[in-house]
Amino acid sequence: MTTKTSAALKPASKMKSFFKSPARITILIAGLFLIISIVEAITGAVDITSPGTSGATLRFAIPLLMAGLGGLWAERAGVINIGLEGMMIVGTWTAAWFGYLHGPLVGFAAAAIFGLLSGFFHAVLTVKVGIDQAVSGLAINLIAAGGARYLSGIFFPAAGGDRTVSPPVDSFPTFTVPIIAPLLESIDKANIFFISNLAGILLGVTKDISLVTVALLLFVPLTSWILWRSKFGLRMRFSGENPMAAESLGINVYRIRYIAVSISGMFASLGGAYLALVASSVYREGQTAGRGFIGLATVIFGNWRPSGVFAGSILFGFTDALRVRQSESVMSLVFAAAIICSILTIFYAISRRWKPAGISAIGALITIWIHQSVDVMPSEFVTVFPNVATLIVLTFLAQRLTPPAMVGMPYKRGSE
Amino acid sequence: MTKSKVFWATIAPTAAILNSLLFVSIILLFRGVNPLEIFQLMISYGFDPRNVVSEINATVAYYLAGVAAAIGFKMLLFNIGIDGQYRMGAFFGGVVGAAVNLPPVLHVLVIVMTAMLAGGLWAAIAGYLKVRRGVSEVISNIMLNFIAAAIIAFLLSPNLLGSLPPGSQNVQTKPIPLSGQMPTFKMFGGEVYSFLFVAIFVGVAYWIMLNKTVFGFNLRATGLSFRAARASGVNAPGMIFVTTVLSGAIAGLVGIGTLLSDTHSYSMSFPSGFAFTGLALALLGRNHPVGIFFAAFLWSFLERAAPVLEFEGVPPEIVIVMQGTIVLSIVVAYEIVARINLKQQQRAVGEANVEALTEKEAK
Repeated sequence: MTTKTSAALKPASKMKSFFKSPARITILIAGLFLIISIVEAITGAVDITSPGTSGATLRFAIPLLMAGLGGLWAERAGVINIGLEGMMIVGTWTAAWFGYLHGPLVGFAAAAIFGLLSGFFHAVLTVKVGIDQAVSGLAINLIAAGGARYLSGIFFPAAGGDRTVSPPVDSFPTFTVPIIAPLLESIDKANIFFISNLAGILLGVTKDISLVTVALLLFVPLTSWILWRSKFGLRMRFSGENPMAAESLGINVYRIRYIAVSISGMFASLGGAYLALVASSVYREGQTAGRGFIGLATVIFGNWRPSGVFAGSILFGFTDALRVRQSESVMSLVFAAAIICSILTIFYAISRRWKPAGISAIGALITIWIHQSVDVMPSEFVTVFPNVATLIVLTFLAQRLTPPAMVGMPYKRGSE
Repeated sequence: MTKSKVFWATIAPTAAILNSLLFVSIILLFRGVNPLEIFQLMISYGFDPRNVVSEINATVAYYLAGVAAAIGFKMLLFNIGIDGQYRMGAFFGGVVGAAVNLPPVLHVLVIVMTAMLAGGLWAAIAGYLKVRRGVSEVISNIMLNFIAAAIIAFLLSPNLLGSLPPGSQNVQTKPIPLSGQMPTFKMFGGEVYSFLFVAIFVGVAYWIMLNKTVFGFNLRATGLSFRAARASGVNAPGMIFVTTVLSGAIAGLVGIGTLLSDTHSYSMSFPSGFAFTGLALALLGRNHPVGIFFAAFLWSFLERAAPVLEFEGVPPEIVIVMQGTIVLSIVVAYEIVARINLKQQQRAVGEANVEALTEKEAK
């Protein structure tokens, strides 16, 4: 038994130690970045590292991040939240309407409160009544979408909006980091290989950013701290891993789940509020466009960890930004992927690990073929990249993922 | 015995619908309109013969989605991928139907088979991931729905499999020739899809498959207890895979009625959202072929009767809220009924024990 478990744990722990070391991660990112710089120098397309792209990436990533954190909170406590999409709709609508009436700050507060309520609703249905968590989440999506459209039809036309679009809301003030941003701008303009590219990316996230962006980003370390450093976080994870054992140690699993799922709703709703108030300045029907589901995907992609959710939402936000900006840059990314696959092939071949070498060789051939035969990547494929990536992760890395053991399982006090 | 069974089977759906009506009434009172008048208006508009025909046609599609979901539910599978499977079925049905040239009946048969194959194969991805990789079918199917929509949007471009008819902005597959079309028949002065009979056939076949065949027995057994079924020699993982594919194949038929009798080509204006509708109908109809039919008719009735609300100053989207609350009420009602039944059983066992004890003491 022991040998079996240790053998099964081996690859996972190996991976962990590899990625845990900060120096290694820095080298990896720097290497990746170097390759992208080389590709940009060769192809002449500079949009990947332009400040516009990194700024847009951040703007697109925040709603996904908030939805992902929402999913993370619920799932860590053992409740799967498919209603994230609906809760985001709640956020977009309430933020726009209350923001129109009383200013954007009140809009955000309203989104937080109504999001909390929508999460609480999901908690009552799944924890107290004990209905299927997926059914409850899907019904919330439907009711939120229908309810938002119903209320828009009543309130918006009278207020100078439209049946599907709210009246415009005042925007939040933005700020630019003093000294650093102008410095980065001059470096970016200087056009030095590698350094200017790096400065371009950093400029995008230091110039004209909204205070809300910074505030919402703080939820990542906060969630991390709560999950792994606080008593509540320990109890929350325990409720997701083994609710019966948790209950037997005197933890009130129901209460923990109520709190966690309510906060989950609040986070998703804040993500929606960001879409309505920061990324644009109106509520528009269909604004969330499946972002709640992509948030759910970032939870899987990030292996149920706040930092992983953050990385996943940046990656998916980046693809979103590329979709709206230029499709030529997607082709340079394919080129970069071809280079990376070739390097990996050589690396694995030298260390005589033939299976990964073969896989990366196939990857290299496919990417080169795509680069040679396709002129412009169809936008449909850029749009569904997050979904495809999640499916691939689930297919090939499902054994390495560590979801909470009892996520999605209804738990009734006193039953087995 | 059977009487009480029917009672318990219908009480929960009825209670759920009443609860939803109550909820919507409260919303309507806030709007300042009389809910009873609104419901009356919806009923008279919904049962207008012209609308009944389009309701029947919509019921055909909803019914198939409901049966597809029910097949999954019998195996405890949550087939939320019906949307993608239906798109794949309708799209490839349209493409193949336009590409081949066959005698009348055979042509239709080929289209139907293609649709089932496309839907089934698309579902097979989720089935494989579930059985071999342990991936929850809920997550994989949500992702597959988005991917299916993207693949079809890509393939529909005019220089690939789609075409742009002159004077139209709507890309669609090439039209299916006359030999591949299905006739409509007159009823209530309108054109009803003859695909209705296929839907009825699917319902009957579903019931026979489930209740009268070894396969159906194995399916129900695996759904009730994976381990017990496996221990008694059922290839339980294989059953899960086959059931997923079967559910997907039925889902592939959802759009075929419209395709063969009405539009004759697939376009992006085909409706979406069948996944949730199918699951809702299976829940409301208790996975029973007759129950699902009533649920499907209720759904299409609500949708077709909604536009009349516009004239009363009520946004018709209230119907979506109503559908959502019906689903929530129904699952809550099932939960409550199950708890009552459990309590009754426990009481019965307790009383039997007491009786046995007193008898023992009397002896």
